[in-house]
Amino acid sequence: MSNESKENIEHHIKVYINVFIALAILTIVTVAVSYLDVSFIEAFFIAITVATIKGSLVLAYFMHLISERQAIIWVLVFTFIAFLILIFLPLISVTDSTGIY
Amino acid sequence: MSNIPYILEERPDTGLNNSKLGIWIFLASEVMLFGGLFSAYIFLRLAAPEGDFEYWGSKLNIPMATFNTLILITSSVTMVMSWASLKLQQFDKYKMYLGITILCGLAFLFVKYFEYTSKFEHHIYPSSSTFMGIYFTLTGLHVLHIIGGVLVLIFFWSSQANKMWEDNEALLANRIEVVGLYWHFVDLVWIFLFPILYLL
Repeated sequence: MSNESKENIEHHIKVYINVFIALAILTIVTVAVSYLDVSFIEAFFIAITVATIKGSLVLAYFMHLISERQAIIWVLVFTFIAFLILIFLPLISVTDSTGIY
Repeated sequence: MSNIPYILEERPDTGLNNSKLGIWIFLASEVMLFGGLFSAYIFLRLAAPEGDFEYWGSKLNIPMATFNTLILITSSVTMVMSWASLKLQQFDKYKMYLGITILCGLAFLFVKYFEYTSKFEHHIYPSSSTFMGIYFTLTGLHVLHIIGGVLVLIFFWSSQANKMWEDNEALLANRIEVVGLYWHFVDLVWIFLFPILYLL
């Protein structure tokens, strides 16, 4: 993203506006869905899905990951794997200990 | 400054300048910082008595947090627009968009201050419950990130930016791109904090 032509930047600006509108709509959707009478699992799935879509839009367009170099993609892939281990490794210990009771 | 290599030009091996690679590695460490606390949230919720998190979560102000979410999203788009303005050689527009970003950051902090003080007025503190403990920890850490970001943005809105623009346009654009990546990350964290703390 460092050396872009004027036309490219002007095109990006249009994309930024569209992403902003999408993020605002998705925020309203998340809040609206939270008032629906659904189970916790359903509410959790919907909320996390919408948040993931919003997060992906920010990463892809505002943070330019969609056109970024491989080195950064690899940094993020390893970070994501480490993040999953951080989240799920202790969960394994929880499910493991349930057998005791 | 000129003694440090690859600040603006791309390194042949990574294809990136060091400023950008540096901020991404920093953001990766930030993912692990917040990831640890998200993990803590999951475990505290799994171990909490049934309905406990829902009960304490219902005491939070959803309209205020929704407003804050919209403020942060707006600040993210104005942040990226300020960078695009520099690329288009429009310094005045850069100042305007960065100024709006700073105002959005301050507005977020003001709303958060109002939220916190209204909790304290009702004698709700981090020690009141497990939920409130993790709520204040997560949002407090996020607020610290916003404060840090706003301070850096103010620096780049000050007369220092005018001087940098006159001396080296590419350097200022590079700095704003890097600061922008940090700011978008702070927005990204809030995008996940908002539903987890307020809506579930």
